[in-house]
Amino acid sequence: MTVFPYLVAAYVFLAGCYGLATSRHLIHAVGCLSVCQAATYVLLLAVGYRDGGTAPVFSDIEPGSRPVVDPVVQALTLTDVVVGATVTALLLALVIQVVKRHGTADPDELRELRG
Amino acid sequence: MNHLLPLLVAFPLLGAGLLATAGRLLPRIAAETVGVVVSAGTAALALVLLLDSSPPLVEWVGGWSPKASKGGESVGIVLVGDGVGLGMAALVSVLTVAALAYSWRYFDEAPEGRAGTFPALVLLFQGGMCGFAIAGDLFNAFVFFELMSVVAYALTGHRVEEARAVQGALIFGVVNSLGAYAMLMGIGLLYARTGELSLTAIGRGLDAHGGPDALTLAAFVLVLTGLLVKAAAVPFHFWLPDAHAVAPTPVCMLLSGVMVELGVYGVWRVYGTVFSGPGGIPTAGLERALLVLGTLTAAGGAFLCWYQRHIKRMLAYSTVSHVGLFLVAIGTLTPEGDDGAALYVLGHAGVKAALFAVAGILLDRYGSVDEKELHGRARELRAPAVLFAVGGLALAGLPPFGTALGKAVSEEAAGGPFTVLYVLVSAVTAGAVLRVAARVFLGLGPRPEEAAQAETKGTGEEPETHGRLGRLPDTMVVVPAVLLAAALTAGAVPGFAGLVSDAVSEAGSGGAVVTTPRWTAAGVLLGLLSTALAAGLAALAVTRPHVTAPHAWTGPVRRLQSGHVGDYVAWLVAGAALVGALAWPAVLGG
Repeated sequence: MTVFPYLVAAYVFLAGCYGLATSRHLIHAVGCLSVCQAATYVLLLAVGYRDGGTAPVFSDIEPGSRPVVDPVVQALTLTDVVVGATVTALLLALVIQVVKRHGTADPDELRELRG
Repeated sequence: MNHLLPLLVAFPLLGAGLLATAGRLLPRIAAETVGVVVSAGTAALALVLLLDSSPPLVEWVGGWSPKASKGGESVGIVLVGDGVGLGMAALVSVLTVAALAYSWRYFDEAPEGRAGTFPALVLLFQGGMCGFAIAGDLFNAFVFFELMSVVAYALTGHRVEEARAVQGALIFGVVNSLGAYAMLMGIGLLYARTGELSLTAIGRGLDAHGGPDALTLAAFVLVLTGLLVKAAAVPFHFWLPDAHAVAPTPVCMLLSGVMVELGVYGVWRVYGTVFSGPGGIPTAGLERALLVLGTLTAAGGAFLCWYQRHIKRMLAYSTVSHVGLFLVAIGTLTPEGDDGAALYVLGHAGVKAALFAVAGILLDRYGSVDEKELHGRARELRAPAVLFAVGGLALAGLPPFGTALGKAVSEEAAGGPFTVLYVLVSAVTAGAVLRVAARVFLGLGPRPEEAAQAETKGTGEEPETHGRLGRLPDTMVVVPAVLLAAALTAGAVPGFAGLVSDAVSEAGSGGAVVTTPRWTAAGVLLGLLSTALAAGLAALAVTRPHVTAPHAWTGPVRRLQSGHVGDYVAWLVAGAALVGALAWPAVLGG
């Protein structure tokens, strides 16, 4: 096990944050949020990885016969994917409404809600 | 009794499902009745469980309890119903009933066949918040955290035709989701270290591993970031005024009354069960982080609260500053501080929800929540005027309101310079409320002039009712009155504070016997002092507007609230770094 996957997770998360902070388009911003979330998938799967392990599906392998990767983090990742799909869908719907009401998708041009 | 714990989540979710599917067949009155009945039933269940919560109830859902044959590990879902968790669930449920009662036949007629949408969303929100309050493992805490967040975004943007509402909901969604993902990264790191997800097992795992290191610190910072975003601590707070100013009034009551406080509760719970052992973060680290952030939050929130003219936004900043006071109270890491925070949260929930409810009356009657535009126009509203002023006094800490008792106990626990902070912050935030009361309901003082600086006005808001209200529905006045009465009861009934304190000490410090919080002479005097200061500030603002009007130097600070989602994300990252920097020396030293 190397530290490499953890560095990738941290990099992907920070790249998403950078994209969000500098975003010029709201759909791009929602995409960047999904990038941040992708970092959590990388991290969780890296946590559960075992050298030489196979998928934790016991229909075709004898339990205990060979190492498998941790199924718990895979369950967590799946739940996380579901959560992410909900959030992304809702935020994109809100972006559509923002564009309809404000006539722009550029966060720099949204003039309400200041001070 | 512990088998009933999952029902706290299941009831509202089933009710929401029922309303979402059958809502198109139901007439509006039936849909709203179902909403109120289900939320009230959940509230009753939460209260019954709360009375039976000593010793704490523990339920492994579906019987997936840890087996000794498997080394005591379990991947099951655990729910823990101790006094504090169930207390929060009860508070959530009672406030949900109040919000649904307030919105009784109140919204614009929903589109044909969708009468059930709003009550269904509110029930989902209640289910998510109850689940978060009683979650005993970190991953399910995250799932419930996301559930309540997503529903809150949808509720904030419920009036999708309004430009401000959708912008506020979008900002709320992006910032809170990013915080939640940071929290999930932290949970992943904790699982990597300990192989456990339940809170107490992670704590034991960390202790078994030895002293804290970089990974523990990173996990701590990431988890705390998610919770502090929810709690709206400075500099994670920017989403809150934007969301609360635009959300429908019943939703504001829930957001300000309990959802934000659940973030504070999460910090308390996670630190107490996961990071407080020898393998966690030394107490000095959390103490420094919470006291610094709490002080910044309290002072910054009060400062910005004073300069708002948009009444709901002013109340939102007041929530920010009170969260700062809660954070300082739990940051003392003493049982007395925890008692104070618990009492303060209870009192604050009633008072703040009542104030939002009255602001909603103004919105629906005049189509505006702008202090300057409404100057003197609400003279006809006698009962709401009294409620708003009483709410302001309660916010200032006038004994014997629950807020005053919570403030007094917290002050005593924090001590020293923090006493000044508590008195000033509650005086300034309540002063702003009383100023609005004097100008809007009494028409006192000269008509305020337009300010030169850019600011969010409260004019031209769409009423949430079907057209502007002529006659006030009784529910819209009765609900805030009952909420204020409840806040009064929380402080005035002898013995209530003792019950809260027992519940907190059993859940927090393991049942250590501590002094029961009670009114002290100093607490009463300081409460009266802050009330007098608040009244004085309001009087000064009304009679000499130029003295208290925003000066040019406040501009740069106020412009930080830019309404720009990218700026808020940058602040979030900076805030996470700040939390890390504050906790780091303690980890090195430990």
